[in-house]
Amino acid sequence: MVQVTLWAGLRPLAEDQEHVTIEAATIRELLSKLQLRYPALEQPFRNDVAVAINGTIYRDDWSQGIPEDAEVFLMRRIPGG
Amino acid sequence: MTTIAVSTTINGDDVEYLCHADESLLDVLRNRLGLMGSKEGCGTGDCGACSTMLDGRIVCSCLVLGAEAEGREIETIEGMAHGHDLHPLQTKFLEHAALQCGICTPGFLMAAKALLDVNPDPTEEEIRFWLAGNLCRCTGYDKIVRAVQDAAAEMRGDAA
Amino acid sequence: MSFDASYNEKELNAVGTRPVRPDGVDKVTGRARYGADYNMPGQLVARVLRSPHAHARILRIDTSQAEALKGVKAVVTAADLPDLTDGDASLFAILDNCMARTKALYDGHAVAAVAAIDVHVARKALKLIEVDYEVLPHVVDVDLAMAPDAPVLDETIITKGVTPAPDAPSNVFAHSEFGHGDVAAGFAKADEIVERTFKTEQTHQGYIEPHACVASCNSDGSAEMWVCTQGPFVYRQVCADLLGLEVSKLKVTSSEIGGGFGGKTHVWAEPVALALSRKAGRPVKLVMSRNEVFRASGPTSATSIDVKIGATKDGTITAAEATLRYTSGPYPDTWAETGAMTAFACYDLENVKTVGIEVLVNRPKVAAYRAPSAPMAAFAVESAIDSLAHKIGIDAVDFRIKNAAREGTRSSYGPVYGPIGIGPTLEAAKAHAHMSAPLGKNQGRGMACGFWFNFGGQTCTDLNISADGTVTLSVGTVDVGGSRASLSMIAAEELGIAYEDVKAGVADTASLGYNDMTDGSRGTFSSSMATISAARNAIAVMKQRAALMWDIPVEDIEWKDGQAHAVGASHDNLAPLSVKDIAAKAGNTGGPIAGHSELVADGAGVSFGTHICDVEVDPETGATRVIRYTVIQDAGKAVHPAYVEGQYQGGAAQGIGWALNEEYIYGEDGRLQNAGFLDYRIPVCSDLPMIDTQILEIPNPNHPYGVRGVGETSIVPPLAAVANAVSDAVGVRMTHVPISPPRILAALKAQR
Repeated sequence: MVQVTLWAGLRPLAEDQEHVTIEAATIRELLSKLQLRYPALEQPFRNDVAVAINGTIYRDDWSQGIPEDAEVFLMRRIPGG
Repeated sequence: MTTIAVSTTINGDDVEYLCHADESLLDVLRNRLGLMGSKEGCGTGDCGACSTMLDGRIVCSCLVLGAEAEGREIETIEGMAHGHDLHPLQTKFLEHAALQCGICTPGFLMAAKALLDVNPDPTEEEIRFWLAGNLCRCTGYDKIVRAVQDAAAEMRGDAA
Repeated sequence: MSFDASYNEKELNAVGTRPVRPDGVDKVTGRARYGADYNMPGQLVARVLRSPHAHARILRIDTSQAEALKGVKAVVTAADLPDLTDGDASLFAILDNCMARTKALYDGHAVAAVAAIDVHVARKALKLIEVDYEVLPHVVDVDLAMAPDAPVLDETIITKGVTPAPDAPSNVFAHSEFGHGDVAAGFAKADEIVERTFKTEQTHQGYIEPHACVASCNSDGSAEMWVCTQGPFVYRQVCADLLGLEVSKLKVTSSEIGGGFGGKTHVWAEPVALALSRKAGRPVKLVMSRNEVFRASGPTSATSIDVKIGATKDGTITAAEATLRYTSGPYPDTWAETGAMTAFACYDLENVKTVGIEVLVNRPKVAAYRAPSAPMAAFAVESAIDSLAHKIGIDAVDFRIKNAAREGTRSSYGPVYGPIGIGPTLEAAKAHAHMSAPLGKNQGRGMACGFWFNFGGQTCTDLNISADGTVTLSVGTVDVGGSRASLSMIAAEELGIAYEDVKAGVADTASLGYNDMTDGSRGTFSSSMATISAARNAIAVMKQRAALMWDIPVEDIEWKDGQAHAVGASHDNLAPLSVKDIAAKAGNTGGPIAGHSELVADGAGVSFGTHICDVEVDPETGATRVIRYTVIQDAGKAVHPAYVEGQYQGGAAQGIGWALNEEYIYGEDGRLQNAGFLDYRIPVCSDLPMIDTQILEIPNPNHPYGVRGVGETSIVPPLAAVANAVSDAVGVRMTHVPISPPRILAALKAQR
């Protein structure tokens, strides 16, 4: 099980949950299960989300594995210059 | 609009062209003569990307009319190297990584050459003030100044 | 093919040297072709008509007289760019920004465009277009736009992120919130608290090359565009979406780019040029003037930021809080949110809270500018940190070191950090000779830290080995500052051949798979990863070819120093085969040899920098001169150190300009008053000293050579470093950038 923290902007779309516990081995699995539980997350999940695993931010590599007891944080995908 | 016939010398060659009365030398160089090494960054004489030599003086070619070139001598970036032999400034700009995007580089090279023509041993301050009419947004000027210093030393025959 | 991107320490030969860049000779001889240096047969010239009003309803546009003018081949308005955005609000904002639909939302907003046989006709045609405007009240200031009586730009906007939701529309698009702990409890524990409001003015990226493109739409639905851009694939996608073109039928070729800094990650005039070409049936060249670049392409946000930080007497920060109000131009965006995420990212804070507030104003649509949103937040926070250090009587560097984020710190934006590099940059600053150099009269010293998220993204490269053993490398990330050199070096390193035998070039969208833009400091980070992967794939092919040439099993072949070696007792009399040997036989061993790579470069790692600045302020005129400047930043591994230094120096210079001079100045009428390089003054050569750099190399665990992005972070600390130095010199805390002479004089006067 991993505990995922949602950034504040996502919480209203996830029944105001800040932390969600979910069984997931990869980012892809995590996002699809979250979306299944909270369908309103579909919109931000299209292109607005990055996932931090133990502090390393992933923006695209949804195959990235999530280690047991990892700290997982859903962040907004930020722009660059 | 009527056009004006102009006879001039560009990079040592005789050149004739027709231009409108309100057409800048920069537009003539770029659009009529295919000399696109001079760049337009502003069109108002503020950025120096179009720096060109006119009778041995550095000018913003966007502020000179094409018609004013009649009977005069123009040097552009295209005339700076001799065949495959780069001018020492060109070589030093490359060695010092004195360019990033490179859009300002032709103007800086022309302006720096004009400086070294009149002052072969400029101080850092003299280089900085001479080149103050040329804008670079990438480098912070550090490597440009060093390249000019190094080129000047080489042209004087000083050991690097 | 699977690719292991993790860091592997090894001796590097090409990487870390300083060769001449492959595009260098073209750039010093004037042969390099930028956006405006390209022409097509039968090409028309485009000009754009722009709103003179900051805010106005467009009642009627009559283009009939312009269309009737001899030599005019097409006139377009918003009607020629129908809304195909299908409810995608951010795409609609791009469309509306390219060509105003019902309202002109800022001075310079495009309302119509013409394509004509020459510039004279085009200009004349613009004057013949009649636009009836109903001028509306406008607002350009971030704080005034939030006032209850401010004119509302978009009546459909109800602030998001606040409960309960407001019942009336306003210019505040959204609130966002970050942080952890209990700031009230934290402040209660503080011995000293600094609380201040800061303001930063809107700046422009200031690339010297104006936006330029040549667009050509054909009758068969295919189209081409030559354009200066940081991302040809992204421009292709956005333009195709806006114009209803098939993505693969639009070929976009990126010209040499004359600076971008984020400003060429967004489309402006390109969809308009395509629309004109589609209507005229001829190629169209559209080049913006400098005036248009300032008025109508994207600047940064203007901001107003409240910061409150408390600490105990021993120098431990107990709580930190900031409210950050950022303008986004006339459309909703997330610039304040990004600022709120970065604001306190340098520090290890038990109690922290930031709130980002997105504010709509009648100014151009905000665009990314190098570490977008971070410099303003860093200005406010690092100024307050400096004040607090003074207040509790602790050295400013020691104060930062004591409170710096480290591995295991919960970042102010949420996740817990892995290994990070702020500590080493601060220690390096403390040890730097600059910190202890003597200062003269009217001189002051300041320092500041900065943080930025780097990122990677979708990346694709092709590495082709020619018959003579030389290598062409096609990459899809636009080279903004020398990346063709660094990528050639990487290919040479991996293959074990000479740098001179590799030539890297930027491919067009028809020649290579999709690539994200050159943004987020990703160019060298991402494309080097794909280049390493492509080179390894090519090596695998070469080993197979060597096996055929030798007629031995491929398992018996090892690649070392650019050669295939036969290993094992039975093969030891075989002389190694070089890339050249193998390439020469390619035709008979299976055809051309190439390595390809398509990957997502991820795990770029966050980036930190520390800057030190000395200034001298003339108390009579308020003029400031930067007399010494030092940049310390972690590069992971500097592939081409000269270009890494160049990124550090360039970012610092841009930040110094922002700190001291640069700002958009609007009149009462909402019109921009300084849309040119004379009045919008970027630093010139005589304004700056040499900019010293110190490159730290703490390997990035997620890159084979340890490379980190280096492009953006260097613009984050300067606003604060300069402000702290000026404040030190004049003895007054400067809270409003740019710290221009009038602001300094006013501050000095107020103090007396």
